[in-house]
Order: sequence, then C-alpha cells, then structure tokens
Amino acid sequence: MSAVTRHRLLLLLPLAVFLILGGYFALGLTRDPSKLPSMLIDKPAPTFSLPGLTEGEPGLSNADLTGKVRLLNVFASWCAPCRVEHPLLMRLAREEGVTIHAINYKDKPEAAKAFLDQMGNPFTAIGADKDGRVAIDFGVYGVPETYVIDKDGRVRYRHVGPLMPFDLEEKILPMIRELSK
Amino acid sequence: MIPEIGHYALVLALLLAVVQSVMPLVGAARRDVAWMETGRMAAFAQLAAIAISFAALMQAHVVSDFSVLNVVNNSHSLKPMLYKVAGVWGNHEGSMLLWVFMLALFGAAVAGFGRNIPPTLKARVLGVQGLIGVGFLLFILLTSNPFARILPAPLDGNDLNPLLQDPGLAFHPPFLYMGYVGFSVAFSFAVGALIEGRVDPAWGRWVRPWTLLAWTSLTMGIAMGSWWAYYELGWGGWWMWDPVENASLMPWLAGTALLHSAIVVEKRDALKTWTILLAILTFSLSLLGTFLVRSGVLTSVHAFAVDPQRGVAVLGLLILATGGGLLLFALRAHALKIGGLFAPLSREGALVLNNLLLSVSAAVVLIGTLMPLLLDAFGHKISVGAPYYNFITPFLTIPLILVMALGPFMPWKRADLPGVLSRLWVVALLTLVSVMLALWLAGVKPVMALVGIAMAAWAGFGALWEVADRVKLFRVPLRDSLSRAKGLPLGAWGTAVAHAGMGIAIAGMVGTTFWLAEDVRVMKLGDKASIAGYELVLDRVEDLNIANYRTEMGHFSVSRDGAPVARMKAERRWYPVAKMQTTEAAIHTTFYSDLYVVLGEESGAGGGWVVRLYHHPLVPWIWIGSLIMVLGGCLSLSDRRLRVGVPARRTAPVAPALQPAE
Repeated sequence: MSAVTRHRLLLLLPLAVFLILGGYFALGLTRDPSKLPSMLIDKPAPTFSLPGLTEGEPGLSNADLTGKVRLLNVFASWCAPCRVEHPLLMRLAREEGVTIHAINYKDKPEAAKAFLDQMGNPFTAIGADKDGRVAIDFGVYGVPETYVIDKDGRVRYRHVGPLMPFDLEEKILPMIRELSK
Repeated sequence: MIPEIGHYALVLALLLAVVQSVMPLVGAARRDVAWMETGRMAAFAQLAAIAISFAALMQAHVVSDFSVLNVVNNSHSLKPMLYKVAGVWGNHEGSMLLWVFMLALFGAAVAGFGRNIPPTLKARVLGVQGLIGVGFLLFILLTSNPFARILPAPLDGNDLNPLLQDPGLAFHPPFLYMGYVGFSVAFSFAVGALIEGRVDPAWGRWVRPWTLLAWTSLTMGIAMGSWWAYYELGWGGWWMWDPVENASLMPWLAGTALLHSAIVVEKRDALKTWTILLAILTFSLSLLGTFLVRSGVLTSVHAFAVDPQRGVAVLGLLILATGGGLLLFALRAHALKIGGLFAPLSREGALVLNNLLLSVSAAVVLIGTLMPLLLDAFGHKISVGAPYYNFITPFLTIPLILVMALGPFMPWKRADLPGVLSRLWVVALLTLVSVMLALWLAGVKPVMALVGIAMAAWAGFGALWEVADRVKLFRVPLRDSLSRAKGLPLGAWGTAVAHAGMGIAIAGMVGTTFWLAEDVRVMKLGDKASIAGYELVLDRVEDLNIANYRTEMGHFSVSRDGAPVARMKAERRWYPVAKMQTTEAAIHTTFYSDLYVVLGEESGAGGGWVVRLYHHPLVPWIWIGSLIMVLGGCLSLSDRRLRVGVPARRTAPVAPALQPAE
C-alpha cells in the first residue's frame, strides 16, 4: 500500500468510528431507560450471596429476602442521586417501619461506611458487591435502583433512579401495604 | 395572538435559513457576488425572525398565558418574575428556541463582522451555518413547538422544577448554549475550508476569535452549573460526573484543544488537517451533548425531557452534521498542504502534546459517558461512576499542567529544554514553598493533595512568571518593565491570565476534594456543634410560606474562638405544586474556605433536626479561578490582532472584480 493511499485511508478513520458509534446510538434509542422493564418482575430474585461491608459483619443473600415484604436498594457512596434519595430511605425505615436491604455497588467499604455514618443507616443488612456481578444479575442499569420484593422473595417492582417523595406516596408505600396483606 | 406571531416568525426563519444555506453555497461555487450577498442578508433576516419568535415566547411566560401548553407545563402564576423569564429556556421547547436564537446570532455576527474573510469562504461559512439552522428549526417546528395551545386553558400552571428555580441556573443555559453553538462557527469554517480545499495561517486567525468566544462562554456556563450544584444540591459536591455534566465537559476539552491548535495553524502553518478534524469534532461533541440531554438515552438526574422521538430527530441531525463533515474531511482533507516543520521540543511540540492530552481526556469522558449505552447494546448493563474518572484524571492532568507552564516559555520551531528549565527555577521554588505551606497547614496525608497543590502552584506561578519573564521584571529597571508590559499584546496577557485561573481553580478542586471536613448530628434548639474551629449554635427554626413554596428555616449563629463570625440561615423547602422538596444550604465564605450547613429532616425522638455540617477548604477558588479563566478569554478576544485580521496574505484566486461591495 502506498503512502498516499494509507494517508487517505487514515482520513477515513474518523468517519468510520463515527458511523459505528452512530449505530450504537440508534440501538440505544430503541431502549427507553426510564421504563426499564425488568426481566425479573414476578420472578424470584437471582441467587446470590454477598459478604458484609467489613469482615465479621453479616452479608446478604437471596435467602434473606423471604418472609416479609421488603425493599432492596442498590447504592454507592460515589453516587450523587443516592445522597438525594437517602433521607427518604431513612424516613421509610424509621417512620414507616419498612425493612430495607441494600447492595453496595462497586464501592470501597470504608467509603460506604463513611456515607452511612454521615447520612444515617436505614438498612437492615448490606451486601458488598465490589465487582458489580450481582448487580449485573439484577440488571442494574445505574445506581440508585430500588426493588420491591414480596414475601416469597419475588421481585415485584423496580424503580430506576432516585426515589422522590411522590414515588413513595403513590407507588412504593401502597404496593408494600397491598403485598403485606 | 402573540404566540401565533411567534410561531409564524419561526416558520419564516426556517424559510430564511433555507435561503441562507442554498444561495451562498451555490453563489460561492459560481462566484456570483449577488447570490453570496443574499446569504448575508438572509442571516440578518433570520436573526430578526427568531428574535421575534423568542420575544413572543417570553411574553407568554411573563404574563403567564396559560393557553400556551409550554407555559402551563413549566410555569405558575405565583412564580417570581426572574424565573418566569428564565423559565422560557428552562424547558425542552424553550431551550431549543434559545439554541437556534444563539445560532442565528452567531450567523449574523459572521455576516456582519467577518470583513476580512475572502468572500467565497465567508459565503460557504454562512451557508453551512444556514444548513445547521434548517435542521434545528425543522426539529423545533416538527417535534417541539413551543407555541402549541391548550384548550380549555387551565387556571394555573404546573410550576418549573424547583431545583431549577435559582438565580445561578437562570443564566447557566444561555452561557452554555452560547458555547455549544459558538463552536458551530468553527465547524462551518472547517467545512468551508474543506470545500475551498485550502487552509492557510489566515484561516487560523479567522477561526480563533469565534472559538475563543465559544470557549469563554462555555467556561462560564460550566462554572455556573457547577456552582449551582454546589450550593443547591445540598452536600457541597461541585462535580458529579453526571452524563449531562460530561456532555458540557467534552466540547470544553475539545474546544480547548482547538483553541491551541488553531494558534499553530496561524503562526506556523502546521497541524492543519488535525485542526480541521478537531473543529468538526468539537461541534459534534456539542451536538452529542444536546442529544444526550434531549433524548434521555442515559438516565441522569438532569434528564427532564425523555422522549425517544425527539432523540431520534436530534440523532439524525447529529449524524447529518458530523457524518457530513467527516465525509467531506475524508474526501477533501488530502488536498490540504502539509505545512511548517518543527522539532518535537518546541512550542509546536508542546501544543501538540497539549492537544493529545486534551483529546484523550475528551475520549476518556466520552467512553465513560457512553459505556453504559454501548454495553447495553451488547446486553450487558453497567454504569461507570466517579471511581473511573477519579482513577484516570491524575494521569492526564498532571502531564497537561506540567506542559501548560512550560509551553509558553518555549520558542517556535526548536527549543532547548535546559534553557527553558533554567528560566523556570523561580516557579519551581514557589511551587516548593506552596507545597511546604500545605504540608505545614494540613499535614502529609493525603499525599495526592500535596501533588495537587504542587500542580496548582506550578500552573499559577508558571503563568505569572511567564509575563514577568517577558517584561524582564527585576532584570531591567521597573519603569522599563512597565513599558514592556504595556507593549505586551493582549493575547499574551489573556494566555497568562487564563493559565493562572486554571491553577487557582485546580487549587480549589484539590482543597475541597482532599481536605473536606464533615459532620452530621441531631441538633435541638440551643445545641452547639463545632467543625474546623467554628462553633455553631442552632438558635431557632421557623416555618414560613413564601411565594410558591413553604419553608422550614433554621437560624444558626457561628463563632470562632468565642468571637461571633456570622449568622446563617439553612432552609428546607417544599414546593406543593411540583411536589418536590429542596434544601437551601447556608454558606459562609471567607474566600479561603466555606462553612456549609444543611438543615435536614426533623428527627423523630426528642424534637431535634438532623444537621449536616461541612467545611470546604479552598472551594471558592474553583469559581474564582474559572472567572479568571473567563477574564483571560475576554482579554484575548479584545486583542486587536484578532479583530483586524491579516492584511498581507491574500492568496485567494478570486478576481478583483468579484470583491464584495461592502
């Protein structure tokens, strides 16, 4: 290949890269992230067993998710929206008496600890998902995410993004009451 | 009636944009002066039409005309006037209208001010600007009409998202858009040059003021956005690597690279192909930002318009503009002649390294932002968070800052490193002193903080010393130095000021990242808390009804070593119409640090409030530094050389008879 053709092929490179990227965008647009239909709705939560944040602390596994209606919250200390929704989780746990379990997603244990010390800890049990494997099984799109899990350990609802007060009043709380009957 | 006038004006603007794109492009190909001149007139007329349309929408918002859907969705009769005005662009439709308004403004500015630009190039630039305008006006008219009516008109509106009801955010979008849209001019110049098949030093000189203007506005816009996040989101974070923030950072990084590579084109007639590519990519990243925000392909705290149909439309525009530009690049860039040669160790070499690092940074942010989307297409779902960026940032910024101070000391073509370094010993000394000072004030740990302070000092003092070196400060009598300083071109001052601003901003980022002190506690009335040497007392908490919200306001009195320092008011607001709660942090600043207090929920047992206290060392410097960077941009912009242009080099093959009648 002569130097001139190589040069001209090089000039084509940006266009080629861009077209590939454009293809992905087009694919991405066919999926609406605000209405992520979870594959797991009405199915049992995936099997997992996670260690606690520090050694000696109890972790979290799918066996812990049966017996009563509860929430499963996926959070990380580095995630800003998690801070936004955290006071609501505190209120849920303290005032509404809802049991909330958590998966700490791709986080350093000490950072997660500091986050909970600072903002309060509404969680009954926390599993540390350092490499994000369990989150992949759940199909977590981004933190925070919150799942409603019924007495039989089945996933009944999935909320993507930070919880807002009206999400609680209009969806989560009525659902918990309904499922607890 | 007035909204209909606005709508018609927008349709008229579309027709004028078609004229502005077709006439000058065809005119330039046929070397027809009259056709090219029509393009100029169309640019002015298009600006007038869009201005009418924009004024009509503003009128609807200001008088709270609830027969207009856009006003119903985003306004409320009780909303303060400032936010009624800012509400015009605080929503999807209005912000797109602001986008085309800015575009028309830049188009008219090129038509009006670009007197030295050869007529065919200018016509092509205007034509390409017109094409972009056609695309976006079509988009607005077909998918996002801001003037849609609603019948019957409701009594009151749904209110603007309360997080957006804020003076800092009111003027954030106009600056941001001026930056995004300003890069369209660089894009049009690049496409124009590709069509002409020629890039010369004069081209670099023409394209620089527009790039500089866009960069300055974008810097301002990003700084305002980050400031808003800092005081409004209630925990003192100033950058969250949110997709929407990244969307504004990517064009900023690419635009900064473009700003520097255009200098090489201008001064040394080199790096031409690369600069053209960069101009296309910078604007593409601006469009990508618009696409990410408007389509909601990535979930984000910011995404307030998730609508796949609009996403498809913006994606179409993105593909047409970028794809078209890159296709032209692939077909025509080989015609550009390779320019001046230079040794790796030279001013050019330093600028190449700058470009390399900035482009890689932009790519890193791009990958981080799009990764969830790309992997989603493969069926995996992941999200890339702050850890990814925090890991990579030092590797890119440290060399970038090292070169930033070195570069201006290097001569063009060939530099000798020992010579340059020997002129920098003062800077090295001052850097060392700064690190020692940090060590004394804050201790050894974390070590990265000391590295960061070294970087900030190196950048800041390096920039100042460069000016001092140029005016031979302390080496010749002070009077001579002063007259040399007067003779220094404003562009040189601009460089030094902007680089120094960067150093100051870095100091702020490092300070608040590594030396933050925080505390959270339940406080009852009269309780004391202390943080970073300050004593706070919660005096009282009152409930108030103000305009369109209710608030719980905590009054704190602050003292230091027993002496009263300040009274602070932290609020928790409830917006009943939007059903949203926001916190208004109380901030007491000393310019060296901020004391930051947030009033939380009322605690159940014993009637106290959850109070969060933060001490952010150096944090105001982030925005002071950013403002200084903006000032540097403005200084550079007012350099006479940029406005006057190049008188001598006129190699255009245009016959004298075809000079425009200006």
